[in-house]
This record gives sequence, C-alpha cells and structure tokens, in this order.
Amino acid sequence: MVRNKLILATAVLSGVALATPAAAQNEQFIPILSYRTGAYAVNGVPFANGMADYYNLINERDGGINGVKLLVEECETGYATDKGVECYERLKGKGPTGAAFFNPLSTGITFALTEKTTTDKIPIITMGYGRSDSKNGAVFAYNFPLLGTYWSAADIAIQHIAKEVGGFDKLKGKKISLLFHDSPYGKEPIPMLEVLAKKHGFEFTPIPVTHPGVEQKSQWLAIRQNRPDYVLLWGWGVMNGTAVKEAAAVAYPREKMIGVWWSGAEPDVTPAGDQAAGYKALMLQHGAGKFPVHAEIEKHVYAKGKGLSEPGKVGEVLYNRGMVNAMLGVEAIRKAQEKFGKKPLTGEQVRWGLENLNLSDARLKELGFEVMLKPIKISCSDHEGAREGRVQQWDGKNWKVISDWYTASQSDTEPLVGDVSAKYAAEKNIKPRDCAKES
Amino acid sequence: MIGLGQFLEVLIGGLMSGVLYSLVALGFVLIFKASGVFNFAQGAMVLLAGLALVRSLDLLVAWGFPLWVAIIFGISFAAVIMVITAWLIERLVIGPLVNQDGLTLFMSTIGVTFILEGAAQMIFGSDAYPLRLFPTDVWLLFEDLFPGGILVNKLDVWGGFIAGILVAGLAIFFERTKTGRALRAVADDHLAAQSVGIPISWIWFVVWLAAGLVALVAATVWGTKLGVQFSITFLALKALPVLIIGGLTSVPGAIVGGLIVGAGEKIAEVFLGSYIGGGIEYWFAYVLALAVLLVRPQGLFGERIIERI
Repeated sequence: MVRNKLILATAVLSGVALATPAAAQNEQFIPILSYRTGAYAVNGVPFANGMADYYNLINERDGGINGVKLLVEECETGYATDKGVECYERLKGKGPTGAAFFNPLSTGITFALTEKTTTDKIPIITMGYGRSDSKNGAVFAYNFPLLGTYWSAADIAIQHIAKEVGGFDKLKGKKISLLFHDSPYGKEPIPMLEVLAKKHGFEFTPIPVTHPGVEQKSQWLAIRQNRPDYVLLWGWGVMNGTAVKEAAAVAYPREKMIGVWWSGAEPDVTPAGDQAAGYKALMLQHGAGKFPVHAEIEKHVYAKGKGLSEPGKVGEVLYNRGMVNAMLGVEAIRKAQEKFGKKPLTGEQVRWGLENLNLSDARLKELGFEVMLKPIKISCSDHEGAREGRVQQWDGKNWKVISDWYTASQSDTEPLVGDVSAKYAAEKNIKPRDCAKES
Repeated sequence: MIGLGQFLEVLIGGLMSGVLYSLVALGFVLIFKASGVFNFAQGAMVLLAGLALVRSLDLLVAWGFPLWVAIIFGISFAAVIMVITAWLIERLVIGPLVNQDGLTLFMSTIGVTFILEGAAQMIFGSDAYPLRLFPTDVWLLFEDLFPGGILVNKLDVWGGFIAGILVAGLAIFFERTKTGRALRAVADDHLAAQSVGIPISWIWFVVWLAAGLVALVAATVWGTKLGVQFSITFLALKALPVLIIGGLTSVPGAIVGGLIVGAGEKIAEVFLGSYIGGGIEYWFAYVLALAVLLVRPQGLFGERIIERI
C-alpha cells in the first residue's frame, strides 16, 4: 500500500538523517516537498517516490555525489500553499550548508516562495510548472522552470492542433476552450493562449473548475452547447479523471481533448476506464516506460528493499518525472562541485551549477536517461533550458506516443516572457543581470 | 441567447446532481436526528466504504469470481467494515462522551474524520480505483423538439432512484419502528431516554451503522462517477449547504435541499458564471444556504427549537 510506503519512506530517509555528526558534515541536504495525503496524493505519491528512489540510487550505488552523501527529508504540503511555505521555512536551513534547492511541485507554492528563495539564495526548481516568466534568468535568478513552462506547453498544444487541422491557417475561426484548475497553476497558460488566439484567429474560451474538481457538470454542459473544436485540459488530481468522464457523458470526443503534461499520467485516465480511450496529453519530453536508469534503481534500491513504489508502478509517467526532476538537481550539484569543490554546497553555489548545467546526449546516455530526454542546456538568459514536447494518446490500456517532437516557438513565447518579467522586475525593484557578463 | 432546451438540460442536470449530494447529506441527517451530533466524519465514511468495496471487488474479480458474486461479496465485506466502524466509534469515541456538550461531540467527530481517512488509505491504498456498478452513458430526450436533445445521464437517474428508496426506507424506519422512535427519543434528551430504559449504547451503534450503510450506498454512486479516491471526502462540503437549506433533522429536507442546491448552482454557473469569470458554483451553493438561514434558521424542513430561559 502506498501509505505503508510512506512509513518506509520515513524509515529509509531517516536512516540517512541519523548519520553520525562527523559524517553529517559531508552531507548535502535536499528537501522534498511532497504530497502523499489529500486530494492530490494520487499524483503526488508516484512523483515523490520517483524522486526519493533516485536520491537513494545515488547514495546506494555511488556513495553520494563525489563522496558527498545526500541527506533527504520529505515535508508534506498537501498541495496547499501555506503548508508549502511552512515546509520551506522549516527545511531551508537544515544540513551543514542548508537546502541545496527546493522542488515545490505546485505553482501556487512557487509564486509564494519566489521572493523568499531569492532573499535566502536558494534555487527553486519548477520542472514543467511554476512561473512561465521565470524563464528569464536575468530577472529570476533563483527560479528554474526546467524542460518547459506552461507558455511553452500552450504553444506546443496549439502546434499539434494546427497539425491535426491541416496547418496554422486552418485555425482561423476554430473554437478552442481551456478547462482549467481555478488556481495559479490552471491560470498560467491563459496569457499565452490569448496571444496565440489573436495571432491565429481562433476563438479562445477559458472555463474554470473549482478545486478539487469533483463536480464539472456545469462546465461540460456548457461545452456541449458551445461545441468547441478542441478542449485543452489543465487539471490536476481528481479533476483530470472527472473531466474525461464528463466528456464521455456529454459525448465530447476524447480525441479532441489535449491535456497538459500534468494531465497525462495513469491516474488521470484509469478511473474513466474505456471512456478515456482516445484522450491525448502533452509529454514533458518523457512518457511512461523503463529505461537503463530503471534497471539501476531496481538493482541498487529495490533489490535491497529500499524502493518506495509498488514495483509495478516503477516506470509510470509521474514516477519517471520525479526521477527526472531528481536527476537534474543531482547533476546541478555535480556541476557546481566542479567549481566549488567536492563538498556540501550552499544554495547559492548550487544555483551556479543549475545555471551552467549542460546535459548532452552522451551524458544523458551515461546517466541512463537516453530516449527519455533531449539535451538540456541552461544559461543566465534561459532558465528553461529545453522546450520540447510530444503528444501521447491513451488507448484504453497504455499511453502511446503519437507525434514527433515539437519545439515551442520562442518567437511566440519570448515577447510575453520579456514583457511580464520586465513588469515583475519593475514592481519588485529588481535590476536585471547582464547575462553577457555572467559565467 | 439562452435556448429553452439548454435551460431544461442544465436544470435537469442540476436537479440530478443535487440528488447525488443528498445521498451524502442523508448520512449527516441520520446521525443528527438520532443523536444530536453533527457528524463531520460522514465524507470520510463514504471514502472508507468505497475503498473497502472497490478493493475487495477487484480482489475477488482477480481471483476469478464471476462479477455478480464479486459484487455481492464486495458489498457484504464493505458493510461488515461499516459495522465494525460503527461499533468502534460508539465504544471508543461517542459512548464515553455521553451527556457531554454537543460541541464536544462534534469535535470528537473531527478526530474520527482524520483517523478514518488515514486508516482507510493505509489499509486499502490511496490510488484512484475505478468502480463501475451503474451505467454511465446518457439518454438524449426530446431530440425532435430541441437541437441535440436534452442530455440525461443514466448514473444520475440511478442515483435519484436509490435516493428515493433510501428516503422511503428511512422514513418508515423513523416513524413506524420501535428502534426509530427510540432514536428520536435519544436525540431529544440522552439522560431522559436512558432514564426510561432506552439502551443508549445500542441506539448509537444502530444510528452510526445506518449512517455507515448510507455512506456505502453513496460510495457506490459517487465511486462510479469519480472513481474511488480521497477526493470523495470533499463531498461532505457539497452536502453542507444542502443540510442548511433542508434542515439538519429532516430526511425529505435533505432531498429538497439537494434539489435546490444542485439546480441553483448549475444554473448560476452556466448562465451567470460566464459574465463574472466562472467558477462560481462552489460558493453559490453557500449563498443560497445563507439566504435560507436568514429567513428560516432551522432550514426549510428542520424542527423549530424553542427553549425556555
């Protein structure tokens, strides 16, 4: 049972935490802000398991990062912003050098922490979520929306729709609705979709769904009346499965629904059963499936009885995403060690590692992530690092990749990033860094 | 321009949704009517019953039992779980608090909520589990009259049918049986009921069991609608305005309150929401409830309590 795994998680993670004082001086503290309880636990648990298992792999197989053991502690946020901030305050100073970085797994928590992390000089990794304007590292020095922002996701979704309808010129006059979680997360793609609607001439209608999204009859009856050509789904937790079921109830074709990458995991479709067949979702590069890194985890973590997931769930979409998220953090620490030495590092030093992270195909292969990910290169001006995605479709039993790679168009996203981040800098009195002088 | 067909569709859909809220509200009413306790744990009881049902059902199907056998045994197993739960709550929580203030008893049910939520997920798992006990496809009515017809979900109709049977059964139970009358006596005054020989422990066990079984019925319908998962506990919040409107002590009031909330929130969301940004149905139900509170604090069907001072 997943809850039993929580007990195991505590035991495994505290095993590291109870190291001797001398050893503790050579440990890098990494907090995990997770949600294993509450309305969003269905999605939060596999993500947290993927992260924790990867950190365990680094400790068990490699003895840490260049001999620096990882000291990991989970804090339960329940996807609530207030609890997320509490967790941050409690954990930011732990370990010999404080927290290396935070992964809040919540756009709401990200908004709440952005100023604090800058003041405390601790980077915040928001892989595939968070503030889209924080792609601009010149303004948001400590935010890292790695692999893709919601503005990139919106752009990729519209690219795919354009391909399906026969070209961007065919988008004119089409109706595209956005069914979104009424929260900072769900609202984030709206400005980008408004820009794209204006550019391509489609009619855009945002439709909010109140947390947690168990009741959506009104929204789907409105969709039944308006008959949009496509529905983009920006949901989380129970909202996703309910949306797919309600779509079936009003006979809206699931093939015309495209979820963001947080609406494209197994728990989002299994409650709907056969009714979910045909539903599509974006991929944050990777999907489900096992790759060489999974064999390593099974050998060094699960074989020792230290794995947190049910074995059958290793390789599911959100487990893999947690693992990818953990790997990017680990590689940032490794990069920072090249400059600052093989010792526990401060958040500020790890920030440098993140900003100079460059994972080539060859390096990804060494890490066991080939095929799952494309190369990623972060820089001062580009804290996103990569903006590729694909589209997958649920066939009733499995996710199948149905598209080639798309790359979000920077000519679409960059003006909005520039405008919004400049406005933020002016509001907060931040002087943007000169990225030409950063190294 | 709002078409009549669209309006009727939203109205019917709202009324049907309201009946589903009533299924949860009935559990609150039962316990309050019989013991004067506002049971905060009703949503958690729906989760527990749903998880016990779906996990045992899945296991039996995996073992090769025919589906109908698995359903019978699954429901029986979940019912047994609710019997044990009712007994434990009476023995360990409510029983020791007999004659305590209503607020104390209410607080104890908050504790029960968290224990049930944690225990249910620890024992049965915390994933989303699909449940298919009722059809979920739709009828399209009056297609000749309205373009596209009026959509009615079969699951909603099943929910209404089940709620009707429950209300009739509970009305007979409260009005026509000795135990039902004893329940009402206990609700009026614990001490007085004890003094005339009513076994209060037994009565409280019965009422928590009845609420548990109502939770099981609600779980079969809502589990089919959403899949059985933690979010099902949020239904308790949907039931609160239903209770305020219908009255905490009235079984028919729970149904009427549900109809008002369901229809009101859906009409507001579809026809008003688009003008003010949408997402209003969640709080609009409470606006309706507040409006009723101002006019009839005891709810439309609740008992008016007059106390001498």
